[in-house]
Amino acid sequence: MAWLQFLVLLAVMAALVVPVGNWLYSVFASEPHTAPERLTYRLLGMNPQEGMDWKRYGLVLVVSNLFLLLVAYLLLRLQGLLPWNPAGLSAQAPDLAWNTVVSFLTNTNWQAYSGEQSLSYFSQMAVITTFMFTSAATGLAAAAAFMRGLVGRSGTSLGNFWVDVTRIIYRVLLPLSFLLALVFVWQGMPQTLSPYATATTLEGATQRIALGPVASLETIKHLGTNGGGFFSMNAAHPFENPTPLTNALHILSMLLLPAALTYTFGRLLGNLKQGWVIFGGMLVLFLGFLTTVYSFEQAGNPILSRLGADQTITATQAGGNMEGKEVRFGIAQTALFATTTTAATTGSVDSMHDSYTGMGGFVPMTQMMLNNVFGGDGVGFINFVQYLVLGVFIAGLMVGRTPEFLGKKVEAREVKLVMLAVLAHPLSILGFTALAVVLPDALKSLNNPGPHGFSEILYAYTSGTANNGSAFAGLGANTPFYNLTIGLAMLVGRYLTLLPMLAVAGLLAAKRRVPVSSGTLPTDTVLFGGLTVFVILIVGALTFLPALTLGPVADHLQMLKGVVLQ
Amino acid sequence: MNSAEMTPPDLPARPAPLPRLLLSAFLAAVLFTLITGLAYPLLTTTVAGVLFPQQAGGSLITRGGQVVGSAVLGQNFTAPQYLHGRPSMTNKTDGSGPQPYNAENSGASNWGPTNAKLAEAVRERVAAVRRENGLGAGTPVPVDLATASGSGLDPDITLAGALLQVNRIAQARNLTPAQVEGVIRAHFTPRQLSVLGEPRVNVLAVNLALDGAR
Repeated sequence: MAWLQFLVLLAVMAALVVPVGNWLYSVFASEPHTAPERLTYRLLGMNPQEGMDWKRYGLVLVVSNLFLLLVAYLLLRLQGLLPWNPAGLSAQAPDLAWNTVVSFLTNTNWQAYSGEQSLSYFSQMAVITTFMFTSAATGLAAAAAFMRGLVGRSGTSLGNFWVDVTRIIYRVLLPLSFLLALVFVWQGMPQTLSPYATATTLEGATQRIALGPVASLETIKHLGTNGGGFFSMNAAHPFENPTPLTNALHILSMLLLPAALTYTFGRLLGNLKQGWVIFGGMLVLFLGFLTTVYSFEQAGNPILSRLGADQTITATQAGGNMEGKEVRFGIAQTALFATTTTAATTGSVDSMHDSYTGMGGFVPMTQMMLNNVFGGDGVGFINFVQYLVLGVFIAGLMVGRTPEFLGKKVEAREVKLVMLAVLAHPLSILGFTALAVVLPDALKSLNNPGPHGFSEILYAYTSGTANNGSAFAGLGANTPFYNLTIGLAMLVGRYLTLLPMLAVAGLLAAKRRVPVSSGTLPTDTVLFGGLTVFVILIVGALTFLPALTLGPVADHLQMLKGVVLQ
Repeated sequence: MNSAEMTPPDLPARPAPLPRLLLSAFLAAVLFTLITGLAYPLLTTTVAGVLFPQQAGGSLITRGGQVVGSAVLGQNFTAPQYLHGRPSMTNKTDGSGPQPYNAENSGASNWGPTNAKLAEAVRERVAAVRRENGLGAGTPVPVDLATASGSGLDPDITLAGALLQVNRIAQARNLTPAQVEGVIRAHFTPRQLSVLGEPRVNVLAVNLALDGAR
């Protein structure tokens, strides 16, 4: 049954690639502008006909993000004075508010706070929901500019940042979010500004029930590969994810835009096969990871079996390692969600990753380390192209020719920039992890002993740098040290990838096309797709396997031996 | 295939000056906050409130004019005449100690697989389930009754976990086991659309029905 469910959902995902890819293509096209879009350009006082080279595009992206950050920080710090705060929640402290705004600005959605305990309805809407739209639109806009540069028939212009962001929000994100929100409410998700309810349970106890405008946040949370939950326990909370259908829609929403971008790119390039090769490479990695996490979680935890818990599949139960998981999803949907949320760098969770078996937890961590299995809206595509460029470079070295990518010569400058982006990622993950494990104060935040405790820290910086936002949530991350350093990791992960890769696109755009010759390595073949997957796995393994061995692998081996740690 | 329509606009002779750019960026932050952060959620609230008022308000269930819970959230059951839900690791709202099924403060254990606290908790839960339901030592206990959920508010248990409690409930209510099992099976939810998720039993729905049948 699990495999049938995977098959059905992935088939729906694949069927949506072409229509949504075409839709995105029309959004990225330059004309015509609709009336609301023209009005927006007038209000902002910008000229939609102004093309931008990569430096200008990058500058405008950073400046626009900076102002979003400032406005949001102010709103969070003034929460106590603002409306729609029925629970009377006070403002977040400065270090926590910094962490929150950076987190949502960078599409990470790491949450060092608990939603129902820390944010008013106003903040959930005006700060969190806004960021979910703008950070996704920023990522998609960057991908559009990046693609224009790669295709590069236009000289140096990569498009106009404001036009891209406005169109993505108005034409894609807003209409999709609105329609999906109504489906979500129909399935049982709240959407209200009423204060928290009070129930008297059948046994006579009082149950206070946190409510809020949940559905309108949940849709963009996943369409925008954001991931931050309305409630502390995110998509495991029945109000965020009431039924298996909402869980399936969450999963499909996360994959919708990253998967479709591969087709958009193929069409833009005039070579659909190239788009499908990228899609295929991502899908192969995805299936490998899905199989791994499903198998290990379904096999369960032998320590629990020895204590009398029955984890087998029978006619009346789905079994598996159910600590931190919900009955309505079982292991199959949970595994698919975990694979998707860390592939698409969303970071929402419908189960507690901290309570996975060692090798079950290995999968989300590894996917964030690779960071390009579909990836976040826009940035996943950009990350994958890093490895395509690296792939042609390595293949070029093997045969002793100057590598070419999409008809442009790849030379020292481009490769250096690609390597800057490829190396900033592990440097941030491993560097901050190393720093945290030697600071006694940082270790006080651990919730688990032994290798699993190390995994909690490694997971935190991996998640921050990959702009994922999921957590081994036992880690008490709301301390000044973690708020600050994870905040920095998020900034490194976002801008030290986006900006160098925009530069690569700008440099390639300015180059003359070289004609295809017998010495050209075609990049739209299964062979090259395989080579790229291979490069991704080799680079990932060389970089991260030592740390993964100390964390999840050691954890799993101890679990199999039945070791219990105090 | 013609990709000419994707050609971006040309570079201007001089891009907009920096003060102009800063003003645009500030206005954009304000405008997008108003549109995506206020207009969109408020419109959604209004439309959803008209189309699905019950769900939009949290699927609250009322009995005799009093709210008794939410149809999609679990609540804590410990009395023998009620079907019991899964262990819940939620805390009091001020964090001062455990309070199962606190719907104002969702939470999980986040214990790793080798954590001694997890092993100890599972040992105690297995023992409690066997004791309360008169099962012999060594009887396997369905894993959902031995482990805490992700939200701490899981409304469901497996059919295995429900059937195991039939005799205890029947005894406490002076019903036959067949009657209790009938109520449970009447509230059994199969996979959605025949393929999605897992089959399950909503604990609160069963208990409301049991109370209603009395």
